[in-house]
Amino acid sequence: MSWFKDWAWPGRLRDKGIIGMNRRNIRYIGRYNSRRLYPLVDDKLKTKLLAQQYGITTPELIGTVTTQFGVKHIGDMLTGHNGFVIKPAKGSGGKGILVIEKVVDNQFVKPSGAHLTLEDVERHVSNILSGLYSLGGSPDVALIETLINFDESLMAYTYEGVPDIRVIVFKGYPVMAMMRLSTAASDGKANLHQGAVGVGLNIATGEALRGVQFDRPCFSHPDTGHDLASLVVPQWDTLLNLAAGCYEMTGLGYLGTDMVLDRQHGPMLLELNARPGLAIQMTNGEGLRRRLDLIERQPEGVSVAKRVAFAQYHFARKSELAETPDTTTASA
Amino acid sequence: MSRLPFYVIVGLLLVAGIATSVHRHLQFEIPWVPGEQRQVWEIEAVINFNAQNGPVQVDLALPSHQNGFRVLTENTASSGYGLAYKADELGRQAQWTTRDAAGSQQLYYSVQMLVSPDARPPIQTPPGLASTTPWESPYDSAASQLIDRAWARSANNATFTRELILDVNGERQGESARLLLTQETPSALIVRLLNQAGVQAREVSGLVLEDGRRRQSLSSWIQVFDESANQWSLFNPITGEQGQPDNLLLWETGGRAVLEVQGGTNSRVSFSMLTHHQPASAAVRNHYSEDTLLNFSIHSLPLEEQALFQTILLIPIGALVVVFLRVLVGIKTSGTFMPVLIALAFIQTTLPTGLIGFLLIVAVGLIIRNYLSYLNLLLVARVSAVIITVIAIISIFTVLAYRMGLSAGLTVTFFPMIILAWTIERMSILWEEEGPKQVLIQGGGSLLTAVLAYLAMNNPWVRHITFNFLGVQLILMALILLLGNYTGYRLLELRRFKPITDDEKPS
Repeated sequence: MSWFKDWAWPGRLRDKGIIGMNRRNIRYIGRYNSRRLYPLVDDKLKTKLLAQQYGITTPELIGTVTTQFGVKHIGDMLTGHNGFVIKPAKGSGGKGILVIEKVVDNQFVKPSGAHLTLEDVERHVSNILSGLYSLGGSPDVALIETLINFDESLMAYTYEGVPDIRVIVFKGYPVMAMMRLSTAASDGKANLHQGAVGVGLNIATGEALRGVQFDRPCFSHPDTGHDLASLVVPQWDTLLNLAAGCYEMTGLGYLGTDMVLDRQHGPMLLELNARPGLAIQMTNGEGLRRRLDLIERQPEGVSVAKRVAFAQYHFARKSELAETPDTTTASA
Repeated sequence: MSRLPFYVIVGLLLVAGIATSVHRHLQFEIPWVPGEQRQVWEIEAVINFNAQNGPVQVDLALPSHQNGFRVLTENTASSGYGLAYKADELGRQAQWTTRDAAGSQQLYYSVQMLVSPDARPPIQTPPGLASTTPWESPYDSAASQLIDRAWARSANNATFTRELILDVNGERQGESARLLLTQETPSALIVRLLNQAGVQAREVSGLVLEDGRRRQSLSSWIQVFDESANQWSLFNPITGEQGQPDNLLLWETGGRAVLEVQGGTNSRVSFSMLTHHQPASAAVRNHYSEDTLLNFSIHSLPLEEQALFQTILLIPIGALVVVFLRVLVGIKTSGTFMPVLIALAFIQTTLPTGLIGFLLIVAVGLIIRNYLSYLNLLLVARVSAVIITVIAIISIFTVLAYRMGLSAGLTVTFFPMIILAWTIERMSILWEEEGPKQVLIQGGGSLLTAVLAYLAMNNPWVRHITFNFLGVQLILMALILLLGNYTGYRLLELRRFKPITDDEKPS
């Protein structure tokens, strides 16, 4: 019987409104995401240019490298920039992203403290161009962006990497959100299946609802020891408005938006995902089904601000973390 | 968006598939299960030659009733040629003739042989001893030396033959045998020595029957007349083993040439074969019911294409297994349909050999690919290098296996090399990015899918159904369409999402 304990009855999952892969693929991605719009989000360069057009803040672009010939000039491009991020335009799942925190004596320092030479950086860019990290191995373009100085208030909740906020936007309504905190186990990456902590966020306020690591509940950050209950995302309304605006920008009905908080510029759009994963249900302890059903009944053509307000009103929840005895209340 | 058209299409496919299958079952008495029937081998010989602008005469030896096989029906296809069947005490022959032919020519002969264990060849009297041409010096002394040695170690014709074969071909091969082999092929030499020693022997040609083989050629065997039992017994000219293997069909037993072409050059004959099970009555009926529209079956194709189709028609089964495992179970595989191709290779190699071969190739490939990643190459060049590596690994394994006497190892060449190279490349990247655990999950998932697909595709009943009932393909199509419409949970998701359902009592 003990083997049985790890499995749930399908009926229990349905009661919880959990959405499985098959349903996500057919009912939401297949129905609301038109194939011809995919390139807008699969190519980060296109997303960025489009975002600029729509007035959505993104990290500043230092430059792009499109040819192997251009790799040789990358040194000139980088002079004067102290911290930067190199990423493949068509990468997926955070693959091929190189973060350089600072430059010391022509040595490039990664957040982990490892030093790289200019040659190492050039090789990385060359790998990106040859399609090592892109879907299907097709030739790619390398983007170089300024490093995000992420908000100090979130510093205590992360280990090495930048914490990012994933908001699922359905037909322009933000339906569910979570924050991904990198840990030592995840090697500074914000990938949940590699051991990052996922924190479900209250759509109404941006407060933490519950924390999950490796699919099990978790109450404090495993490396910094900081309590998750006190976590509140600042400038939450701006962030939701930004995320909801991506619907008009791309036309994709079922969208995963990845946002970061910059010290100076506030919430920024990092990237978009036309096939967002389902782990967000684990971090929120709630299925997406009921929220998506409610949104499906709403009419088209509602303004961004109204959609955000609607979501904040209907999807408000109480934190499960605050109930644990030794935590201070997160907000008034 | 209405789903009605979808269900109408699925329904039509199901109805059409079931109806054609039932029709074939009723009309042609093809049973649903492969048992309770006779095994029939369909063998097709293709003769190719270049005619030289003149009269052409082609003689092809034909098989007769023999131990284990009975001739059921035979057909020829040869436009513009006159055809005659001839039979004498040495065997049967087909003779094609034409007055004027030019360019590349193709003649077809196909025969259905019924496997019947109690079939016996017609009573044969031993022919008079073939007159042996005397050997020239120094071959004469070598020949008599071989005969004397084998004669001394043997008790009767059978043991004498075995000793002689071992002296000529086996480990005992001596100087005199090597000298004589410069003059004759091994089997011809053995027959000549036997005749010289006064033993009635002849060289015959046999076809090793293996399902779905194409472009095969005949192999040489030796028949020796056993005076005590008053019948011919067969010897393998390589190993000296006595007796006729179950899957050996004797094509020509008169000691004549299998193919003779007058007025043509570059002539050769090659064989394709296929086995299927038929009720004995249907085997006869097949004759009369050809060329009707409803008899739309693979069986109307030439044999070579039929053998190809037998495999092709199994691929949808493999695809169904993949769809089932991915949509209903949620198993991760490396490359969507890679497991089906691996399963196809398993069919050729048999499962244990295939599994060992696959694991060896991928493991060694990963090690070498790991080194290649230090060389910092462009993607296409690196994958090409991996392809060459895979070919090298396969060649080395094949040679090693052959040296160690493992003939099963020879079949690893059936693995699709380019697919393997991509698998290695993908697994290597996965290893670097997600660690060895993901490689094990995806590699294990692919292998599990491949094994299940293999078990489904290699099942005799499945092979029987897919090959004999084309309507099944429509049913498979309908099933896959239905699976593609499934929005429920995958089996593994019941485990993945389990923590959500018990959050009432956080630990």
